[in-house]
Amino acid sequence: MDNISFDLDKKPLREVNQLLHGDAAGLNGKSFTIENPNGAHSIAVGLKSDVHVTIKGHAGYYAAGMNQIAKVTIEGSAGSGVAENMMSGVVHVKGFASNAAGATANGGLLIIDGDAGLRCAIALKGADIVVGGSVGSFSAFMAQAGNFVILGDAGEGLGDSIYEAKIFVRGKVKSLGADCEVKTMDAESKKILTDLLAKSGHVDVKPESFTQYGSARTLYHFHVDNAGAY
Amino acid sequence: MSDNSYKTPQTTARYSATFDEYTMSEIRRAAATGIYDIRGGGAKRKLPHFDDLLFLGASVSRYPLEGYREKCGTDVVLGTRYAKKPIYLKTVITIAGMSFGALSGPAKEALGRGATAVGTSTTTGDGGMTPEERGQSKTLVYQYLPSRYGMNPDDLRKADAIEVVIGQGAKPGGGGMLLGQKISARVAKMRCLPEGIDQRSSCRHPDWTGPDDLEIKINEIREITDWEKPIYVKIGATRPYFDVALAVKAGADVVVLDGMQGGTAATQEVFIEHVGLPILAAIRPAVKALQDLGVYRNGKDSVQLIVSGGIRNGADVAKAIALGADAVAIGTAALIALGDNDPHLEAEYNKLGTTAGAYDDWHEGKDPAGITTQDPELMQRVDPVKAGHRLANYIAVMTMEAQVVARACGKSHLHNLEPEDLVALTIEASAMAQVPLAGTSWIPGVTQF
Ligand SMILES: Cc1cc2nc3c(=O)[nH]c(=O)nc-3n(C[C@H](O)[C@H](O)[C@H](O)COP(=O)(O)O)c2cc1C
Repeated sequence: MDNISFDLDKKPLREVNQLLHGDAAGLNGKSFTIENPNGAHSIAVGLKSDVHVTIKGHAGYYAAGMNQIAKVTIEGSAGSGVAENMMSGVVHVKGFASNAAGATANGGLLIIDGDAGLRCAIALKGADIVVGGSVGSFSAFMAQAGNFVILGDAGEGLGDSIYEAKIFVRGKVKSLGADCEVKTMDAESKKILTDLLAKSGHVDVKPESFTQYGSARTLYHFHVDNAGAY
Repeated sequence: MSDNSYKTPQTTARYSATFDEYTMSEIRRAAATGIYDIRGGGAKRKLPHFDDLLFLGASVSRYPLEGYREKCGTDVVLGTRYAKKPIYLKTVITIAGMSFGALSGPAKEALGRGATAVGTSTTTGDGGMTPEERGQSKTLVYQYLPSRYGMNPDDLRKADAIEVVIGQGAKPGGGGMLLGQKISARVAKMRCLPEGIDQRSSCRHPDWTGPDDLEIKINEIREITDWEKPIYVKIGATRPYFDVALAVKAGADVVVLDGMQGGTAATQEVFIEHVGLPILAAIRPAVKALQDLGVYRNGKDSVQLIVSGGIRNGADVAKAIALGADAVAIGTAALIALGDNDPHLEAEYNKLGTTAGAYDDWHEGKDPAGITTQDPELMQRVDPVKAGHRLANYIAVMTMEAQVVARACGKSHLHNLEPEDLVALTIEASAMAQVPLAGTSWIPGVTQF
């Protein structure tokens, strides 16, 4: 497998991103490393072919934003909105992730080995997110679809106004948001969780040690009795 | 002798100006239901507006151009600042963003057809881009909204420009709502939501807060689209000077400024009527911000200004341009041209408890004209070709009307119109538009009486 290395100290990010947006036929199967990222914003955004990009250090905002098909590994921490609106592929953050990690992601898998900040998985639209550590407050706000696995704890207002996304938490939840409730884990959900744990390198973690949360569906229709919750 | 024929006179029945008929009916409605009123459209109350301005025209001190003979340009280029591919439009009148979901598929297609026929752009809305719309629109602006419903990078790349929506004039600071009646299987799938639920759209973007983040967000979108496409930032009119300045600082190519008369698909009545500025009051501060930042009609560095909110005819267009806008956008008027609220459907409007011209329960999805609905039968009533043709006619008429006025003022391009060409009929309009009260040289707050 070819590996091409870019040094962001020497090559402008614009040129690197442009190259990574090239014709899929020419890019598929190739690997790239990005040296000296030094927290630059928008690294490897808008990828759409079968490449593997490894970022050797910390990334700024929106790393791997809107990713399609590609695999992006961040060997450091990621700023706000990592893998925001991802459609497919895999994004793996080996360090911590800041706010809004995986926001509105539609598909693919986001793995965060460390903790994630506020509003992780906000408005999630179908992707899978596995956080090895804990997540900040207001995570999974209005999460519509997809699966969100948290091995550590969750902050305040988890799953506020959640729609059909599934949340699995192993640690403590500080508080649940409006319309989010504990669910009994059925066989299908357990399988989803088991698969995601395996895919994200947590093979020995037992699915039974998680509690599942989801929508109580009481806010699906505007109604006077819900006024206090709006 | 007493006069038996004399009766103590009664005063005539008198309604309160404060508790008028509408107000009382709303109190009764609220008391009966316990939920606020939701409706479509824009502010219905009378507001200071373009009707309060007049053009002076030419005479001895100014020289007019010959109508229909001498050239009066109407074209506009948008997105010259950073985009590799700016947009060129033949007319300054564009179609505002209206969501698929709020509008039916055929209505969206008609908007695309009409706009394309006259060489202008149309805009997607909350809920994403439909193939009908992309297919029929030569120039399509893709909205990037807080909800990100239906947002995907493939459509982003298919767009000709991208509009980051921060707010709308009808509801600055508010999110959207689409009630269950309109969440059909197709709409639900595009938005990734359960069918038939009452859907809320968030009022804030999920992955950025504040102007510094916005700059990084715009940069991300530029990187994803390889710096090709103009990026617009749409704001509701609230603090136009500061909001426009911050949008420019964040890197906008174009600012879209929407006043409180601007339509909405569905919002609380209290929001529509009581939040935000009428467009008349917002244009001059917006232009001032562009001027102060050196990006107003300054060659390639320019940031263009599109204004909307209650634009109805060529005079409104010309007045908006004279106050400093580069282009305008229409929503409600475009829907009327397609056939919304048409008198020939009066009997059906009556069945819904309303009358043609006043129908605004667009959120209920029962629109007899087939425009603001997802009902498969009702939407068949929109013939996208015919409706698109009517829209094209209407835009052509407005463009010609604006030219008539501009030629009368001696201008060889609509963009040569200027505040100098205008006077105000009321003190309020004079203060808001910063043009003199008719017959005087007085501009409240600017010159001495
Ligand atoms: C039916 C309808 C749907 C709308 N949907 C959106 C939308 O999805 N996004 C948006 O930014 N504005 C939306 N708007 C507002 C328009 O983009 C525009 O700001 C407004 O209609 C302009 O004012 P006018 O209606 O007086 O011309 C909508 C307006 C209408 C009438």
